[in-house]
Amino acid sequence: MSDWPILSIVTFLPLLGAVFILFVRGDQKTVARNSRQLALWTSIITFGLSLILISYFDTTTADFQYVEYVPWLSDYNIGYHLGVDGISIFFLLLTTFLIPICILASWDSIKDRVREFMIAFLIMETLVIGVFSSLDFIMFYIFFEGMLIPMYLIIGIWGGSRRVYSAFKFFLYTLVGSVLFLLAILWIYIEVGTTDIPTIMAYDFSSEAQIWLWLAMFASFAVKVPMWPFHTWLPDAHVEAPTSGSVILAGVLLKMGGYGFLRFSLPMLPEASHFFAPLVFALSVVAIIYTSLVALVQQDMKKLIAYSSVAHMGIVTIGIFSLNQQGIEGGIFQMLSHGIVSAALFLCVGVIYDRIHTREIAAYGGLVHRMPIYAFTFLIFTLASVGLPGTSGFVGEMLVFVGIFKANTWIAMLSLTGIILGAAYMLWLYRRIIFGELTKDNLKSIADLNLRELAIFIPLIGLALLMGIYPSPFLSVLHVSVENLLIQIGSTNDLTFFNADDHQLITRNFGSN
Amino acid sequence: MTEYDSPNYLIALPEIFLAGTSLILLMVGVFIGNRSTTILTWATSAIMMVALIMVLVGDESRSVTFGGLFISDIFSTYMKSLVLIGSTITLLIGISYVKREGMNRFEFPILILFATTGMLLMISANDLIALYVGLEMQSLALYIIAAFKRESIRSTESGLKYFVLGALSSGLFLYGASLVYGFSGGTGFTEIGFAVSNISDQGNLSLGLLIGLVFLAAAIAFKVSAVPFHMWTPDVYEGAPTPVTAFFAAAPKIAAMALLIRLFIGPFLDAFDQWQQIIVFISIASMGLGAFAAILQSNIKRLLAYSSIGHVGYALVGLAAGTEEGIKGVLIYLAIYMTMTIGAFACVLAMKRKGQMVETIDDLSGLSRTNPSMAFVFSIFMFSMAGIPPLAGFFGKFYVFMAAIKADLIGLAIIGVLASVVGAFYYIRIVKVMYFDKPKEAFDRPIGNELTFVLAVTGIITGLFFAYPDPVLDGAAIAARSLFY
Repeated sequence: MSDWPILSIVTFLPLLGAVFILFVRGDQKTVARNSRQLALWTSIITFGLSLILISYFDTTTADFQYVEYVPWLSDYNIGYHLGVDGISIFFLLLTTFLIPICILASWDSIKDRVREFMIAFLIMETLVIGVFSSLDFIMFYIFFEGMLIPMYLIIGIWGGSRRVYSAFKFFLYTLVGSVLFLLAILWIYIEVGTTDIPTIMAYDFSSEAQIWLWLAMFASFAVKVPMWPFHTWLPDAHVEAPTSGSVILAGVLLKMGGYGFLRFSLPMLPEASHFFAPLVFALSVVAIIYTSLVALVQQDMKKLIAYSSVAHMGIVTIGIFSLNQQGIEGGIFQMLSHGIVSAALFLCVGVIYDRIHTREIAAYGGLVHRMPIYAFTFLIFTLASVGLPGTSGFVGEMLVFVGIFKANTWIAMLSLTGIILGAAYMLWLYRRIIFGELTKDNLKSIADLNLRELAIFIPLIGLALLMGIYPSPFLSVLHVSVENLLIQIGSTNDLTFFNADDHQLITRNFGSN
Repeated sequence: MTEYDSPNYLIALPEIFLAGTSLILLMVGVFIGNRSTTILTWATSAIMMVALIMVLVGDESRSVTFGGLFISDIFSTYMKSLVLIGSTITLLIGISYVKREGMNRFEFPILILFATTGMLLMISANDLIALYVGLEMQSLALYIIAAFKRESIRSTESGLKYFVLGALSSGLFLYGASLVYGFSGGTGFTEIGFAVSNISDQGNLSLGLLIGLVFLAAAIAFKVSAVPFHMWTPDVYEGAPTPVTAFFAAAPKIAAMALLIRLFIGPFLDAFDQWQQIIVFISIASMGLGAFAAILQSNIKRLLAYSSIGHVGYALVGLAAGTEEGIKGVLIYLAIYMTMTIGAFACVLAMKRKGQMVETIDDLSGLSRTNPSMAFVFSIFMFSMAGIPPLAGFFGKFYVFMAAIKADLIGLAIIGVLASVVGAFYYIRIVKVMYFDKPKEAFDRPIGNELTFVLAVTGIITGLFFAYPDPVLDGAAIAARSLFY
């Protein structure tokens, strides 16, 4: 088993599938049908292979596993280096899990240029998996930014009426952040002499350098997360993207920002992370309260969920920068939960959008009378988004708040108001769409979920509940890696006056008391 | 070397071969007339390929001949290869255009051959006079082919504009060269180098040499179309026949960059502090103008002109670093730039509707539906020019910015990457037009074998550069090293 470069296979299998789709021949209908089938099966096989990754995953070590290394730009000591640890493996799984769902979700709604759509989607899968599995800075950057191309096309070709504006905004916003990140990478490379991520993690940067590097990385990740005030691309991109595009944006692409903080900012630049934690807190609190209020007044369902994403990601960044075990694990868990729940919410919107072709909240009402199964499904995800105990949302939020209470009570208080507001806008949304009298004529014949849609939602419901009721298998995989992360952060925090041998012990206690 | 030695002709074999065969072809053309254009075009390409082989198999060690006028080293091998490949391909993609658009005269391939010979001489020049001869041989041929479509007002206008401004830059060059000669006592690069290093050892560069240096920089900035000497570029690029524009964008620019590098890294290396300021300024100005001015263009050739100004700015970032790394970055950048540019112009050459060439960006509307493969290749070039990984353009920028940061030019690097974001706007606008807009009437098909071939090759190189970058990287590395002997 271990001889196989399984991580590379998982990463590049979707690309192979995309190449095959390129060679599909026949009339338009045949091409569309075969492309869909090929894309679906490729992504399902990829998901299956990624399950092998998790089943053989060793949860007792924080080292990178399934490591592969091949020299690439050998003059520059830049290699093809892949590997996953307890943090990245879940993001990888989230990606491989969501992509088949996205493809199923666009089965009927994408009628035009199906082949191109599927190719773009599979290429994107490869790039996203690459982001989470690369252990070389340059490779990471290539995957990270290369993803702009398929996403730009997905929003621009298959999007809604203002798709061009949104696609440009998405592309340029993200690019501005990324190029500064690139300069940081180059600087680090020149300083350390390699772009190997594990090596750089062990390197001690001077305090001044940390500040600048942190800011350059922040420019990129804050746009991706997105944090207030860099979030304005997100509502546009979400609203205009096709359903599956929104799903992948909310489900996976936003997580790259959080992953970037965890993988680079925290372990490589611990001093700066401590220094800037108050800034992150401040921006996150503003994001949580402000975007929640904005979400309250939205007329457009997708926009509402998009703003709720910003608020939820605010909770994530607060958790990450509370810099203790509960906070970070909660942040990661919240990201995974949000990846599933917000993806599912966008899919819920997609279901009725496919039938009625409007996203106006006011155009709906009383759906429960015609679509009981849909109403039930939507309810589960609404409650998961609100953070009801028993759903995945609760575990993540609770851990984050435990973490942040230890770090800063005021921030905890303020961000908790976001939870209340979150309940307000989500439940109100639910009431307006699902309950009430069924008065609108075009809704009177609306059909409930069909088999394909059920197949989409059942795994999502299962996972959201499983993560809520029995989260420990997920947390146990995270645990060792997060502890290791805390050691890396702790090595330059207030505890440095202890001698090095006590280090591990102390930071362990520090992290888990 | 007190006695007279017979010069080593072997070193200059490619140039001698090109000069000789071009004269023979000229005679053939005169006797057979315009019927022979196509044959001459193929013959010219074959000759340039033979010259390429001569360049590649030639002696790679650094050697000087003709009393120090002519130098051959790995740097010249690298640059000459680029120029020869660029010239040959742009000649080939123009074949059907030349036939169709009333440019079917036998002088066309021969003038390109002359220009290429001039470029090779420029690259190998080791003396201001040799340099000037090469430069003029190239420029005079270029002026004529810019105006080669005699009956078109746009083409003749662009030829005239190019000539007047080019002559001005030649004047600047001569003035600078005479100042340098006067204050250093020689025209050879070795003597100038001695003078510069002697003076700069004692402190400042003498004012005469400094002014001479500025004039030389200005003149060459003209040739590479760097801001603030770029004004001719958009007009000439737009007005000249498209294959000629492609040729302008590919070959002469590379030769002129070689000249700049040879001059600044060679004799003027010790005046690095002085010329670095100039290069940093024109680099920033070129990147900025290339990014902002292109936004409003509606003509694709004009847009590519501004884009080429921007690309020169990025290449100069590497030169501004003044290190071996930096030069390596420039060389990689130029190779990638040439590939992308030729590809982009091949696409422009395929923009033909009902037998008429069209060249506005709107004409590309919905190309992804009418001709998906061309739209795909074109967007690869556009994303690559914008510097989006994993395409080739990203690696070009990667190496020059790395050199800049290593040389502590962090401000320049930041401005550069931000300009690239602005530039990305107009590149992705073309993708938008092709992919998001409603289709217009399809372009004529088939586009021709030579265009298809060139598009496929340049597209594959641009798209898959990351998979096997070694030939370019290694070549650029040893070429850059050969300058810092």
